[in-house]
Amino acid sequence: MKKGTLRQILLITDGCSNQGEDPVAMAALAREYGMTVNVIGVLEENERTDGLKEIENIALSGGGIHQLVYARQLSHTVQMVTRKAMTQTIQGFIHKELQTILGSDKEIEDLPPEKRGQVVEVVDDLGETMDLEVLILIDTSASMQHKLPTVEDALLDLSISLHSRIGQNEYSLYAFPGRKKQVERLMDWTPQMKDIHKIFPKLSSGGVTPTGPALKEAIDAYQKKRSKRGMLEDDGFIEESGS
Amino acid sequence: MTDSSKNQAANVSYGTKIRGKWNNECYQIEKRLGNGALGTVYLANSRKGHVAVKVGNDTMSISSEVNVLKQLSKVQGSVLGPFFYEMDDWEVNGKRHPFYVMEYIHGEPLFSFIQRRGKEWLGILMLQLLRDLSVLHREGWVFGDLKPDNLLVEGAPPKMRWLDVGGTTVIGRSVKEFTEFFDRGYWGLGSRVAEPSYDLFSTAMIIINAAYPKRFDRPKENSEAYLMNKIDSSSILKPYRTILRKALTGKYQHALDMRNELFTLLQEDNPKSTARVKTTSRVTTRKQSKKTKNHKRTRWVETVLLFALILTIYTLYLVGYGF
Ligand SMILES: Nc1ncnc2c1ncn2[C@@H]1O[C@H](COP(=O)(O)OP(=O)(O)OP(=O)(O)O)[C@@H](O)[C@H]1O
Repeated sequence: MKKGTLRQILLITDGCSNQGEDPVAMAALAREYGMTVNVIGVLEENERTDGLKEIENIALSGGGIHQLVYARQLSHTVQMVTRKAMTQTIQGFIHKELQTILGSDKEIEDLPPEKRGQVVEVVDDLGETMDLEVLILIDTSASMQHKLPTVEDALLDLSISLHSRIGQNEYSLYAFPGRKKQVERLMDWTPQMKDIHKIFPKLSSGGVTPTGPALKEAIDAYQKKRSKRGMLEDDGFIEESGS
Repeated sequence: MTDSSKNQAANVSYGTKIRGKWNNECYQIEKRLGNGALGTVYLANSRKGHVAVKVGNDTMSISSEVNVLKQLSKVQGSVLGPFFYEMDDWEVNGKRHPFYVMEYIHGEPLFSFIQRRGKEWLGILMLQLLRDLSVLHREGWVFGDLKPDNLLVEGAPPKMRWLDVGGTTVIGRSVKEFTEFFDRGYWGLGSRVAEPSYDLFSTAMIIINAAYPKRFDRPKENSEAYLMNKIDSSSILKPYRTILRKALTGKYQHALDMRNELFTLLQEDNPKSTARVKTTSRVTTRKQSKKTKNHKRTRWVETVLLFALILTIYTLYLVGYGF
């Protein structure tokens, strides 16, 4: 089997959007393009969670996972959410494959317990070996400012986890609001996250939170990457091949 | 996680009979043992006697744990993890809950055992752990989420048992599940690739955790120096210094290498540690001082007996006994 690429958008924010397109709609659009949108809400201890509903809805319509977390647990959460999201996406594909084999109304639960293990193995296998593209969107609005060092740690931690996989990884990093634009690219696609230290201190935060435009930008970035790659490579998820 | 709220399996009440849809086995719930992210573990009564039953919501994750338990139950000559019985589905109120049945481990948490029975058990139980790890590694697996919470001490003679094998990962892949304090990635001291040295790092952190029950966070930089400093400022940890350093910096390729050095250390340390016991407990002090007079002679007799025993075994071996 030839394996495709998993495309994940990881949104790290602490509250409500207040500028531009509806982020929930943008997340739904991203999903149409075959991306998954995952959201991590970073809270202060004792902080109220105004943005909770929006965070949940973005993830829901983006086909991804959401998680609220206190800043000090961020590292563990970011890598866990990413891992879970990958598994979930793969499971979705496997689910479709299963239906073509077993019939349209069948689920993994309809397999006898002894057979399920094999399906899990395939999912594990793909999660480990598939290539992964993660586009990270960081909310740099004023209230996030003092949480940014923690976000930086969490992203480095994420790269430790992902680089321990067998598959290839590519990252790209955007901040919103940017210094001049709503959304600013901090890092173009790269297989290494290590230069992140140089980027982070340059972040400056503003008052608005254009979450929708940020998601839109993420979709464009993925589209550009895809067209750059051209038609040579098939982007299908799984392809039968000789072996 | 998002699914923690939908963990309806968390409330199966006392006396409930869980019957499997596929195998038709019945389990009567006696009490709740604990709650995990993926499900809830109950003590239950069955035809097999007492068993532990984990009831979950998500078929995939339950099946994933079952995969590991099955593999571990297959390993000959060593008991790794709870013995696996079966997996099934329980249908109740139109909802389907996947569950699996495993051996009930009637044990005591590692640190509470050590606290009750004495510090000298720490080293001994670590020897056991390292031996079991060497078997697990030989079978091509790494434990991953190794921490005191996943270790119980069971029975007489006390034996270290493993719980929650959900993090167990095939060597060469990325570790599935971990806990920051015991994860070398968190400390910036290595990758999360599943290899024997990953577990040995966690083992070292378990020993450190024994001296610092509250644990501690990582420093901004230079974790190695920071951890060594923690080790040097604890009287419990100091004797283990060299071994801990090697494990923390990934110098051991095999669990048995670490085990052998720990074993040697415990042997050297033994006379000293009995002296330490004397000062800690009055009751033993009396017994001990009475013994000291005869100490040398007993030792000598022991040596002779041991030698005789080894000779006998060796002779039997040469003769080909048991072939
Ligand atoms: N076989 C067993 N025998 C006795 N007690 C058990 C057994 N398995 C689990 N337990 C108890 O149930 C608790 C929950 O176990 P479980 O492994 O499901 O949760 P967990 O360690 O929180 O992990 P996870 O997040 O992977 O579900 C354990 O902490 C332990 O006290």
